[in-house]
Amino acid sequence: MNRSLFARTWPGTLAVLLFAVFVFPVYWMFSTAFKQRGDIISETPVFLPLDGTLENFRTAFAADHFWTLVGNSVTVTVSAVLLSLLIGLAAAFALARMKFKGRRGFVVVFMIAQMAPWEVMVIAIYLIVRDADLLNSLLPLTAFYMVMVLPFTILTLRGYVAAVPKELEESAMVDGCSRPQAFVKVIFPLLAPGLMATSLFGFITAWNEFPMVLILNKDVEMQTLPLWLTSFQTIFGDNWGATMAASSLFALPILIVFVFLQRRAVAGLTSGAVKG
Amino acid sequence: MTAQTERVDADPAAGSPVSVKIPNSSGGGSRPKRRGGSSAPYLLLIPSLLATAVLLGWPLVKNLVISFQNLNPRQLILHLTEWTGFSNYQEALGSDVFWRVTLRSIVFTSINVVLIMVLGTLVGLLLARLGRRMRTLLLLGLVLAWAMPTIAGTTVFQWLFAQRFGVVNWILAELGWTSMADYNWFGSQVSTFSVVILLIVWQSIPFVAINLYAATTTISKELYEAASLDGAGAWKSFTSVTFPHLKPFLWATTFLEVIWVFKALTQVYAINRGGPDRLTEILPLYAFVEGPGNQHYGMGAAISFLTIAILLVLTAYYLRTVLKQGEDEL
Repeated sequence: MNRSLFARTWPGTLAVLLFAVFVFPVYWMFSTAFKQRGDIISETPVFLPLDGTLENFRTAFAADHFWTLVGNSVTVTVSAVLLSLLIGLAAAFALARMKFKGRRGFVVVFMIAQMAPWEVMVIAIYLIVRDADLLNSLLPLTAFYMVMVLPFTILTLRGYVAAVPKELEESAMVDGCSRPQAFVKVIFPLLAPGLMATSLFGFITAWNEFPMVLILNKDVEMQTLPLWLTSFQTIFGDNWGATMAASSLFALPILIVFVFLQRRAVAGLTSGAVKG
Repeated sequence: MTAQTERVDADPAAGSPVSVKIPNSSGGGSRPKRRGGSSAPYLLLIPSLLATAVLLGWPLVKNLVISFQNLNPRQLILHLTEWTGFSNYQEALGSDVFWRVTLRSIVFTSINVVLIMVLGTLVGLLLARLGRRMRTLLLLGLVLAWAMPTIAGTTVFQWLFAQRFGVVNWILAELGWTSMADYNWFGSQVSTFSVVILLIVWQSIPFVAINLYAATTTISKELYEAASLDGAGAWKSFTSVTFPHLKPFLWATTFLEVIWVFKALTQVYAINRGGPDRLTEILPLYAFVEGPGNQHYGMGAAISFLTIAILLVLTAYYLRTVLKQGEDEL
């Protein structure tokens, strides 16, 4: 009897335990961010900060350049993703719906490009950008982030385009639409979920990118949030409350979007097998 | 349509994660349409191809070119081009440090990938076993860990493992390991690597577990029924039904993880700058420090290229599958 009780309950117990393990760092980040200084530097950690404070967030907001860097991160991320959706959708449409010589070859090119070792290419990228006199500018970051997410965008959107029944497009064309019109009026609206799932991955990649901005933009005014976050400790020393508040602010947009779009996002990400 | 369905059956779910398969998609486009001949598809592809060639292809070529040059601050400022043949490669391959870092990278990658795959698989199988409510709970935890941005995760781990007031040291001390109360995790090579490995494994398990769980949902119940009719126990039905079904997925994911972990420069750099004493530098970080850091760009480029070469060797088998899959695609 005892044994069968164990057999019935262990998966659930293990699940709760694992949930705690996976969530704890995220919880600890947010809870520390809301803690009073005394609760952070206490010999016995405070697990439930009941007397929370917004002081740490105020410190983070007031930090030098914070809002500039938020602006930079948002600008670079959004433009990179939109540009890659724009040119990627065109390519995806061709690869999914048209028959032409070399189609397979193009698909393989993008599959290989998806595995490009960007982290290892930063030296050459630095020299190229330096020769073009574009160090400390958001333009190269946007361009490289766009290409970084482009292969995934194309391959994923290709799947979504292929999933739109051809008959819909054909009947629109029978009704007198031209092919571009059929695309805009019939396929595009049906692609909205696909576009959302695809862009989510792009946002995560560009939002997270670190090595390239580290080497290209030494000018603080032109950096992005990941760099700021790694230097936050040098600015604020051992002020973990403010550091965690900064981390929370950085993580929050992604966490919200991810949890919000969870099912769609996970489906989208898994079909393209790219880690956030 | 039939071709598509067959392929999905033969190669389940995320079995080939790099390509995209939407089940129930109608038609992979095998019907000849609008007898092409036009330049439209090429025009549509041009922007993407151009961007990839210029921003991805060119840096790769440039990397190769400068790896044959002597490129230090002097040459950089005066715009001199000094060809040195293979001397950067000779120097790199002839140094103990390079081989030590290479070995370190390979060991680091192996430990991470084994942990990620084994634990990820177990968590994935647990997900498949759980009831609906518990599964949703665990999925939520996994998704939160997965969605946590790399740098935010790294910063939190620095705080979790902080010497003073870090919660991990407190827990260890409470559990009776009192000497850990004031332990400096970032003071030695092994302990720094332990933290980095924990971080990467924590970040990577959700991907494997959730995908693996998704893959198990595509196994038809009848297969299990048939297995149990044949007298198979839990273990037997796992080895004869579940595992063969998941094998392509596990295979592909292992290689993807190798690629990701091998390049995990961000975590290693952000957590302790490759320290203490450069003892946790892995290959991409080593190239980074030698190149931009010490301003020996030619040398750094040579190390980068060797890094890419090693990565290609490690993943050759997988790349071959991708290429073959690309050929079978249409």
